[in-house]
Amino acid sequence: MENVLEAINLNKSFTDPVEFQVLKNISFSVRKGEFLSLMGKSGSGKSTLLYLLSTMDTVYDGQVVINGQLLTGMTQDALSAFRNEHIGFVFQFHFLLPEFSCLENVMLPAMKLNKWSNREIEKKAMEKLELLGVADQAHKLASRLSGGQQQRVAIARALINDPALIMGDEPTGNLDSHNSQNVQEIFRELTTRYHQTIIAVTHDPEFAKGTDRIIELSDGEIVK
Amino acid sequence: MIVSRLTLRIARTQLLAKKKQTTIAALGVTFGIAMFIFMISVMTGVNALLEDTMLMNTPHIRLYNDVTAVRPSLLEETYGNDTIWPVVRHQRPKQTKRNIKGATMIVSDLRSDPAVIGVSAQVTSQVFYNYGPVQLNGVIAGVDILEEDKLFNLRTKMKYGRLEDLPANRDGLIMGIGLARKLNVNPGDRVTVSTPGGSLQSFKVVGIFKTAVGAVDDQKSYANAESVQKILEEDSRYFTEIQVKLRDVNAANAYGKAVFNQYGYKAEDWETANATILQSFVIRNVMTVIVAGTLLVVAGFGIYNIMNMTIYNKMRDIAILKATGFAGSDVRGIFMTQAIIIGLLGGSLGLIFGYIFSYLTSKAPFDGGDVLSIDTFPVNMDYRFYIMGILFGVVTTALAAYFPSRKASKIDPVNILRG
Ligand SMILES: Nc1ncnc2c1ncn2[C@@H]1O[C@H](COP(=O)(O)OP(=O)(O)OP(=O)(O)O)[C@@H](O)[C@H]1O
Ligand SMILES: [Mg+2]
Repeated sequence: MENVLEAINLNKSFTDPVEFQVLKNISFSVRKGEFLSLMGKSGSGKSTLLYLLSTMDTVYDGQVVINGQLLTGMTQDALSAFRNEHIGFVFQFHFLLPEFSCLENVMLPAMKLNKWSNREIEKKAMEKLELLGVADQAHKLASRLSGGQQQRVAIARALINDPALIMGDEPTGNLDSHNSQNVQEIFRELTTRYHQTIIAVTHDPEFAKGTDRIIELSDGEIVK
Repeated sequence: MIVSRLTLRIARTQLLAKKKQTTIAALGVTFGIAMFIFMISVMTGVNALLEDTMLMNTPHIRLYNDVTAVRPSLLEETYGNDTIWPVVRHQRPKQTKRNIKGATMIVSDLRSDPAVIGVSAQVTSQVFYNYGPVQLNGVIAGVDILEEDKLFNLRTKMKYGRLEDLPANRDGLIMGIGLARKLNVNPGDRVTVSTPGGSLQSFKVVGIFKTAVGAVDDQKSYANAESVQKILEEDSRYFTEIQVKLRDVNAANAYGKAVFNQYGYKAEDWETANATILQSFVIRNVMTVIVAGTLLVVAGFGIYNIMNMTIYNKMRDIAILKATGFAGSDVRGIFMTQAIIIGLLGGSLGLIFGYIFSYLTSKAPFDGGDVLSIDTFPVNMDYRFYIMGILFGVVTTALAAYFPSRKASKIDPVNILRG
C-alpha cells in the first residue's frame, strides 16, 4: 500500500532558554488508511513532532512528504491551504473560536475550502456533530461547552473537509471512557471505510491497543 | 486583501461578540467626524457670510479716474527723457476733474457684454450732512437706483421706503441707517447737503437702508444722479465711477485688466480691493483643516490602539484560523473589515451628530450687531463636507488598522498553539 506520509530525518531544536534538541533523526512512514498512535512520556516531544508533521511548524531540519508532495520549504499561505484540504488537526487543548457557535466552528474550514454550498456544509457539519454526540450543542457558543464537549466539537471540525490525514494531540484526553470508545470507533471506521489516515498522540494504553501501530518516543527518539 | 463573504462573516461575528469594545472604538471615530463636520460647517459658514457681505457691498469691478496716478511732468513731456534728465521737485497732482470721460458710452459698451450682469454709473462726492445743529461728514452717491439694485440687491436692504421712491422724488435721498440714526432724522425729514465746492442743497429722506457694513451704513446716501451732478455743478454726463457686476465672480481680476486696457481707467477688482480680508479667510480655512485633521488623527490613534489590543486578545483565534486553513491575507482581511465597519458605523454616526450640532447651531439666535445683518449663527450645511467626513473616517480607520492587521497576518500559529 502507498505511503500517505513520510518523515525523513527530522531534527528539531529549541534555543530558548538553552540549546535543546527535542527531536533527533526521526524517520518513519505511514501508509494510507493506517491508524497510528504516538506514545511516550510527557516532554518526550510528541506534540512537537505532530506540529512538524501537520506543517504548522516550519522550523526544522529534514523533510516532510504528504501525498507524495514535499511540504518542507513551502510558504505559510500555501501550507495553510494544504492543511485546509488535506489535514484535520485536533489540538491537545481543544481550541475553538469562542465567539462562534459549535456548528459555525465546524463549518468554518469547509467554508474556507469553498468546495460545497453553505447548505451542504451545514448538513455535513451537523452529521459530524451527530457522530460525536454533540449535535444538541450545535447552536451554543463554543465557550459555553464543557471541556469534553469542546474536544468532540474540535474532532468534528477536524473531519469536516474529509482530509486524507487526521492528527490528534490526545484527542480523547478529556473524554470519559464511553466517549473515548466512541471516538476510537469513529477513527477506526474512517480508516477502514474511507481510507483516511489517523495519527493520534495518546497516554491511554487502552486506546493505543486498538490502533494498527504504536510509535513510541523517548527523549526525542523513536524507540519502538 | 481578500474580503470574501466568509471574512466578512467572521469579522461581523467577532465585532458583535465584543459590543462594548466595538462601540468604544466607533465612538472615537464618531467624535472625530462629528467635530470635523461641525467645525468645518461653522468655519466655512462664517467665511461665506463675511465673503457675501463683502461681495454684496463691493462691486466686482470698480472703474474710476485715479487722479493720484503718477503723470509725466511738463518738462519730460516737452523734451523727453533721452536728451535731458529733468528733476521736478514737489510735483503736485494736477487740478483735474475726477470724472470718467465718455462714461455713458463705456456703460452701454459694458452692458452689451454677455459676461456682465449689471453696470451702474455713479457720481460720488464727499459731503456734509446737516440736520439742525448736527453736521456729519459722509458720502453721497448719485445713481440710477434700479441699476444699482442689480449690483447690490439693495431692495432686500431697505429698512424703510421703496427703491422706486427715489426716482419719483427729484430731491429724494436714501440714507444709510447709521447715518440716519446719528443725524437723528426720520423718513420724510429734509436734510441739507453741502459739498466741498460750497454748494448747498436740501434733500428729502425717502428711504433708509442697512447693508450691515458699518462703514457704509454710517456714511453713505443714495440720491438721483442728476441731483448730485447738479450740486457739483456738472452736466448730466459727469460720472466719477462705473461699477460692474460679472456673471463669474472669479473672472473679475482678468476682466478688470481687459477693461483697463480698453478704456485706460483704473479698474479695481474686488479681490484686489479686499486682499487682506481674503488672506484672513485662507488662514482661517487652514486652521479649520488643521484642527479637524488633528481630531481625526486622535480618533485614528484610538482605533490603532483598540485594533492592536483586539489583535493581541485574538492571537489564539488567529492561530486557530491559520491552523485550520486560513491564509495570512484572510486574517488581514478580517481585521481590516472590522476596522472599516467601525469606521463606517462611527463615521455615519459622526455625520448624524455633526449634522445635528450644525443644525442646532444654525438655529441658535446670534446677534450680529450693526456689523453683520444676521439673527442666527452662520453655518454652511454643504453636503460635500459629509462626503469628505465619511471618506476621512474610513481612510483613517483603515490606515490605523493596517499595521496591526499586517502584524496579525504574520502571526505564526504554532507558537501560540503550543500552549
Ligand atoms: N517553545 C518551546 N521552547 C522551548 N522548549 C520547548 C518549547 N515547546 C516545548 N519545549 C520543550 O520540548 C520538549 C517536548 O515538548 P512537547 O510539548 O513536544 O512534549 P509532549 O511529548 O507533547 O509532552 P506532553 O505529553 O506533556 O504533552 C519539552 O521538554 C518542552 O519543555
Ligand atoms: Mg503534548
